[in-house]
Amino acid sequence: MVAKGIGAAVPRKEDRRFLTGRGRYTDDIHLPGEVHAVFVRSPHAHARILRIDKGPALAVPGVLAVLTGEDVAADGLGHLVCGWLVKSKDGSPMRMGKHPLLAQGKVRYVGDRVACVVAETLAAARDGAEALVVEYEELPAVTSLAEAEKAPVAVHEEAPDNVVYDWELGDRAAVEEAFAKAHRVVAVDLVNNRLVPNAMEPRAAIGVWDPGTDGYTLYLTSQNPHVHRLVISAFVGIAPEHKLRVVAPDVGGGFGSKIFVYGEECVVLWASRKVGGRPVRWREERSEAFLADAHGRDHLTHAELALDAEGHFLALRVSTRANLGAYMSTFSSCIPTYLYATLLAGQYRTPAIYAEVKALYTNTTPVDAYRGAGRPEASFLVETLVEEAARVLGIDRAEIRRRNFIPKDAFPYQTPVALVYDTGDYATSLERALALADYAGFPARRAEAERRGRLRGIGISCYIEACGIAPSAVVGSLGAGVGLWESAEVRFTHTGKVQVLTGTHTHGQGHETTFSQLVAEALGVPFEDVEVIHGDTAGTPVGMGTYGSRSLAVGGEAILRACRKLIDKGRKIAAHLLEASEADIEFVDGAFRVKGTDRQKTIQEVAFTALVPHRYPPDLEPGFEASAYFDPPNFTFPAGTYVCEVEVDPDTGRVSIEKFVAVDDFGRVINPLVVEGQVHGGLVQGIGQALLEQAVYDPSGQLLTGSFMDYAMPRADDVPAFVVEFAPGTAAAANSMGVKGCGEAGAIGAPAAVINALTDAIGVRVEMPATPEKVWRALHGRRLAQAAE
Amino acid sequence: MPQVRMVVNGREVAGEVEGRTLLVEFLRERLGLTGTHVGCDTSQCGCCLVLVDGVSVKSCTTLALQCEGANVTTIEGLASDGELHPVQRAFHEHHGLQCGFCTPGMVISAVDLLSRNPDPTEAEVRSWLEGNFCRCTGYHNIVKAVLAAAAELRQQKAA
Ligand code: FES
Ligand code: FES
Repeated sequence: MVAKGIGAAVPRKEDRRFLTGRGRYTDDIHLPGEVHAVFVRSPHAHARILRIDKGPALAVPGVLAVLTGEDVAADGLGHLVCGWLVKSKDGSPMRMGKHPLLAQGKVRYVGDRVACVVAETLAAARDGAEALVVEYEELPAVTSLAEAEKAPVAVHEEAPDNVVYDWELGDRAAVEEAFAKAHRVVAVDLVNNRLVPNAMEPRAAIGVWDPGTDGYTLYLTSQNPHVHRLVISAFVGIAPEHKLRVVAPDVGGGFGSKIFVYGEECVVLWASRKVGGRPVRWREERSEAFLADAHGRDHLTHAELALDAEGHFLALRVSTRANLGAYMSTFSSCIPTYLYATLLAGQYRTPAIYAEVKALYTNTTPVDAYRGAGRPEASFLVETLVEEAARVLGIDRAEIRRRNFIPKDAFPYQTPVALVYDTGDYATSLERALALADYAGFPARRAEAERRGRLRGIGISCYIEACGIAPSAVVGSLGAGVGLWESAEVRFTHTGKVQVLTGTHTHGQGHETTFSQLVAEALGVPFEDVEVIHGDTAGTPVGMGTYGSRSLAVGGEAILRACRKLIDKGRKIAAHLLEASEADIEFVDGAFRVKGTDRQKTIQEVAFTALVPHRYPPDLEPGFEASAYFDPPNFTFPAGTYVCEVEVDPDTGRVSIEKFVAVDDFGRVINPLVVEGQVHGGLVQGIGQALLEQAVYDPSGQLLTGSFMDYAMPRADDVPAFVVEFAPGTAAAANSMGVKGCGEAGAIGAPAAVINALTDAIGVRVEMPATPEKVWRALHGRRLAQAAE
Repeated sequence: MPQVRMVVNGREVAGEVEGRTLLVEFLRERLGLTGTHVGCDTSQCGCCLVLVDGVSVKSCTTLALQCEGANVTTIEGLASDGELHPVQRAFHEHHGLQCGFCTPGMVISAVDLLSRNPDPTEAEVRSWLEGNFCRCTGYHNIVKAVLAAAAELRQQKAA
């Protein structure tokens, strides 16, 4: 047994530097000779660029260079790409419009990059940007998803009707047949509101070209430095991959928005060469981040559920339009398809499901993965429909779920939408959540609230997600352009300390602590003796990065496998030292021991011997390090039940969350402190989506919610303290630890819990975000209607 | 250019600044105190909080010149002799930080709160922290940490 091993609530290793102001984020790094970049952005949603006059900008003292799309083209650089090919129903490939680093001929959303001004000081760069003359011819714009298909505007000539793809999944005929026989059909029309990720650290980049080596270094706010290196070399073509080093130092939150390869970081890297190798630094302003960082969600959906008389689900039919914005961002195509429709079975054995998804261009900021990415949209849809069905059929909302759950003994379970769930026990989570929420006592609390003039409601959400992304062969067959394995290297130093190199990246998730626990347990070394290294392509093995709750389930497994290789090697060395046969050596508590004796060598002694091989097995390589790659055989499927209780003030429409219970089955939990923290954070993003947050465009394409003044971020007093518990847990089958991943659950499960509670309180469903105004109008409208009857 | 003098984390500093130089720019760029962060441009997120004469202020909306003669404490100056301040310690023990970007501002804000109100309720803590955004933690553990630090500081005082 190791102190601070698996299962221990160890406070994090990484905390000290952040708590004392010694974190090192991209914008904290300063390099000799550095200069500053500012981007000139389009003020129009759609326009032709008639003329750019660099003269006045270049005349500003201190301005060194002004770079435009023409310069990008002249240098033969490529475009940004979307790395997942989705095909339409008819087999035709998605229609990908060109996504230049800097606009070429046209701008397509407010905030589109038009030029980059590089200057000696930030102030001079700003003045230069101000002075740049850009003449536009404004074009009609389409900014509403609902109108995108019919609009007389094509965002890209490659897609005259703005349809990127028209995709389907599931057995349409089986679904039609089930609907024809149904006792009852319930239907909903849903808006899944557009969100702005708003990691607290704005994106930043420093590009450096070294004229001596012709090598490039990019310091960057990235969740996946190797993915950046790959795309920037293979597609954008700024530097060959072996001459490009990408460093993602401390990163202040990502939530998806720092996965993607954006134009800005490519431009500053290239710009460094343009200014003779001086480092070029850029940090976005928050108002820039609102325009330039990929947004999330933004679906319109019609969904129908067919039921029999007892409330069993017979079939589900879903039709969704998804907004991809003005360009296809790095992974945008797979979010409303393979990360969305594949989750529509939820926790239920709905026998037939059919989904069609039309992705559309609009003149808005590109949309891509944001915490949960597709799975929150699916879960919200399923859980809204389920409660609607319960209401229509007059069945208790918990009961209708019990009747439809995939039973515990039915795993592995093949859903009608491609996925095979490995394990699960949904009823246990539900019952525990109901108990913690005192579901049975709710009618009394409602009556008490009513006496105070308040409307009280309770809502349930039983979410599921697919994490541990992903089996490479599976995603490859679905169009992914990359493999989604993960890598690790574990090495001992002479003095018995352990360095763990991982291809994942931590930006709040606490990998340095969790991975140390894992290694401490596997190798029997002290937690404090393990150092986790990540985030630098020059110093870590190639990895695919951190998103989709994959770092532990995929990256952690790679680390464990490297540890096991070390133990295997250590056994040979120990056998030699102890003059025993290898088969007689067992590894226990950090030492290799001759079975049944007390003769042993610690792993540190063995490591030392491997590095100072004076007395060493003749056929064995020296050194004590191992690397491993892990490609998971399946996704993992975290699932759980959230119960939310709200109170509404009918006079103001204000919704307050009185209680929120989360019971999650994450499989094995390595560090409960860290995992609870992940749940809390996800829940607040989910509550933010339900009650507060929405990106709003006016018809001309201006982002009305372009700052924290207009975009309602959840604050400490908007949310309650949470009751979080882990379900006893079913071990995931896809990795040897049995872990499932926990980073996205809260954001996936919370919106439906909140909205279902609100619907229960006021009797009508209000679209997200359920702002006081919307709630008040809904209440008022209903009362007026009742009075009129 | 005008001169400004102030005491930052116990050290006397002076420098020429432009009239428009913000306190946060002075701290980050001139003094290399990069623990104070900038998370917005509308004075809303609280990532940039520092103590000026014991009171938390947003250094993104304070001019360096306004702090002439002031005593400024940034996150780098809270720990003494390598010993974490009780608020810092509570954030660590209760996992009140994830990515760490909001953390300096949160900690400074909490220190200010507890100097005014040594025994706040949970609701008072939440309402006080209204000017600090955290996108990672969901606030749960931050609130827990502040309450724990309050108890610890009260105990220290009593002893
Ligand atoms: S940086 Fe956001 S309030 Fe100062
Ligand atoms: S810890 Fe990341 S913003 Fe608060």
